[in-house]
Amino acid sequence: MTLKTQSTQETEKLTAIIDDSVIKGLALEGDTLHNSELQNSELTSNAQSSAQLSYRHAFMLVLKRDLTIAMRHKDDIINPLLFFVIVITLFPLGIGPEAQTLSRIAPGIIWVAALLATLLSLDRLFKSDHLDGSLEQMLLSPHPIFVLVLAKIFAHWLITGLPIILIAPLLAVLLHLDENSYSALFLTLLLGTPVLSLLGAVGVALTVGIKKGGVLLSLLVLPLYIPVLIFATSAIDTAALGLPYSGQLAIIAALFFGSLTLAPFAVGAALKVSTN
Amino acid sequence: MWKWLHPYANPEVSYHLTNRLLPWLSAFSAIFLSIGLVWALLFAPADYQQGHSFRIFYIHVPAASLSMGIYVSMAIAAFSSLVWQLKLADASAAAMAPVGAAFTAIALITGAAWGKPMWGTWWIWDARLTSELILLFLYLGVIALHNAFEDKNLAGKAAGILTLVGVVNIPIIKYSVEWWNTLHQGSTVSKLGKPSMSLDMLWPFIFCFIGFSFLVALIICLRFRNEILARNSIRPWVRELVKKHNS
Amino acid sequence: MKTLPKQTSTPLLSAVKLTCIREERLLFDELSVEINAGDIVQVEGPNGSGKTSLLRILSGLSQPYDGQVHYKGQAIHRCREDFHENLLYFGHLAGVKGEMTAEENLDFNLALHGNKTDQSLAYLSKVNLSGFEDSLASHLSAGQHRRIALARLYQSHAPIWILDEPFTAIDKQGVASLEKLFTTHAQRGGCIILTTHQDLISIKPEQIKKITLDDSYDSAFD
Repeated sequence: MTLKTQSTQETEKLTAIIDDSVIKGLALEGDTLHNSELQNSELTSNAQSSAQLSYRHAFMLVLKRDLTIAMRHKDDIINPLLFFVIVITLFPLGIGPEAQTLSRIAPGIIWVAALLATLLSLDRLFKSDHLDGSLEQMLLSPHPIFVLVLAKIFAHWLITGLPIILIAPLLAVLLHLDENSYSALFLTLLLGTPVLSLLGAVGVALTVGIKKGGVLLSLLVLPLYIPVLIFATSAIDTAALGLPYSGQLAIIAALFFGSLTLAPFAVGAALKVSTN
Repeated sequence: MWKWLHPYANPEVSYHLTNRLLPWLSAFSAIFLSIGLVWALLFAPADYQQGHSFRIFYIHVPAASLSMGIYVSMAIAAFSSLVWQLKLADASAAAMAPVGAAFTAIALITGAAWGKPMWGTWWIWDARLTSELILLFLYLGVIALHNAFEDKNLAGKAAGILTLVGVVNIPIIKYSVEWWNTLHQGSTVSKLGKPSMSLDMLWPFIFCFIGFSFLVALIICLRFRNEILARNSIRPWVRELVKKHNS
Repeated sequence: MKTLPKQTSTPLLSAVKLTCIREERLLFDELSVEINAGDIVQVEGPNGSGKTSLLRILSGLSQPYDGQVHYKGQAIHRCREDFHENLLYFGHLAGVKGEMTAEENLDFNLALHGNKTDQSLAYLSKVNLSGFEDSLASHLSAGQHRRIALARLYQSHAPIWILDEPFTAIDKQGVASLEKLFTTHAQRGGCIILTTHQDLISIKPEQIKKITLDDSYDSAFD
């Protein structure tokens, strides 16, 4: 029942002055009261009974919330997708409409556009949660942070990665992509876009507390995207030649599982720094 | 507990340690660099294929390997800062980043300068040069992130996390770039690399390498000392130091 | 460093020699405090004296420059999940999403901290928000956002409440019912650490313990 202040440096003023005299008066009454109250208090029993929600429950809770918000804010889904489409239509206009040139550079264009569209959408991952304080509450929840982070990243992928995968074949037609490459394009996007969301999340988590973090974010994240870009485009190129591309696909899968296991922890650590 | 046992976790002790190290580091780097560079540039034989332009390797190769080495040491510092909460490790990582970036830039510029007479063009998408360029981006990212935070402690932690993410990615990036390079260019271009050296080329090279390493250590030490002072500016011992200096 | 507490029971929450430095200003140095079940602690001090920083450090959101926070005698970063299970933190920001309704917001916040959500309508009416359950939070005012967040207090099983300016944008009646809630919570064996600009009315001054922060360190190092 006592509050203590200890300041080792006597010469300096005390920072904390606690009304000890007042507390002493209450101490006797208070102690007996609390001891009796504590035994049948709701506080302790409730804490046990409501126990821990399972990881799955926490994951679903955050996922559902993020998807609900995205559904009520549809331009968040549509804008990056429109950006993706527009960037891709710019290339034929800038380079010329020859089918051969276009089909030669199509894998690179689609993938670079996918990188940029993901980058553009990353901000939403933590920014608004940080601004309205819900990020703090998530960090203070009893669930492991990586579960919540994974749920948010998965929601982000559903909102941005998945639409890109769905619309990519259409754009591949515009760019005269070789017919043999369609399955390769689909598979690389399927395995590669989650990597973009996972690595991007690390970047956003680091920059979310900074006022003008947008440009900085691209500087941090784009170099990390290079391996995905290289292996994905090469898989599509190889497929166009009619050769097996399972090697590249395996590497992208490895990148996916690697970032899936490591990125959530980096994101958690970074969020703790950003909300500090 | 670890930090109480470790005397160098104390900023004041580290500050005085850097003061004691500085003269030694400056002496060693001056001796090794002057011997190494004079030997390399004036006395070592010219390469029979590449002529005198080969001599730029005496700067390029040490710079390139040091640029990688500094990033790894930054990652080690970042790791110990995050795991053992060593604040000084943050300061040392902050001291290293710009030095590493500078050496990466030196490696890039000397590489390009070597490429001009060899390839007839300043830039070629050689695997090593490309990896070095991406390494420069990683360095710039760390520095930019560090500068974006106002609070030095937070800046150190954020940059530390990024450094660790980067160090995991560097081997992947390096491998992917090399793979990409062989895929697109085959073996037509002679790469920047380690040609087999004769002994009279190797010795000046070793001197240069050791000299540059000491130079890096010296610069980092100087910057580390400044970081310690800046981070502890409200501590009494720093104030006394300033008073002593002013009087 | 390792002085064992003299009393037999370990305090619920204790700060051990906390030092906080923000923007190269020393806010407090080697601050030690013990908070037991049943305590209502008010953190006082002028603006910028580090009240919010102290609360954020106590809740584990911020790391102190030096020192540690202990929950039941254990450093909070060693028992994060257990500690957060028993903690309710209410900060400057309400943590309310504009895209969700008042009820959805409360439900999410309750579920996130492991509370039951079956009575959230009743709690919303306790903070005078009945009729607004299905309004999107973006249509509500800042004060209403704070009330949505505060409705969590009525359901929370967490013994430790850390509340940063809970009365901001709350009317007199709301303040009175919150104060009543604080008193019952303290009697149930919980503890409350709060900052507030206005004086507590119904809670007697002798029931409140005060931690006073001052900005003496500014001048001390000039």
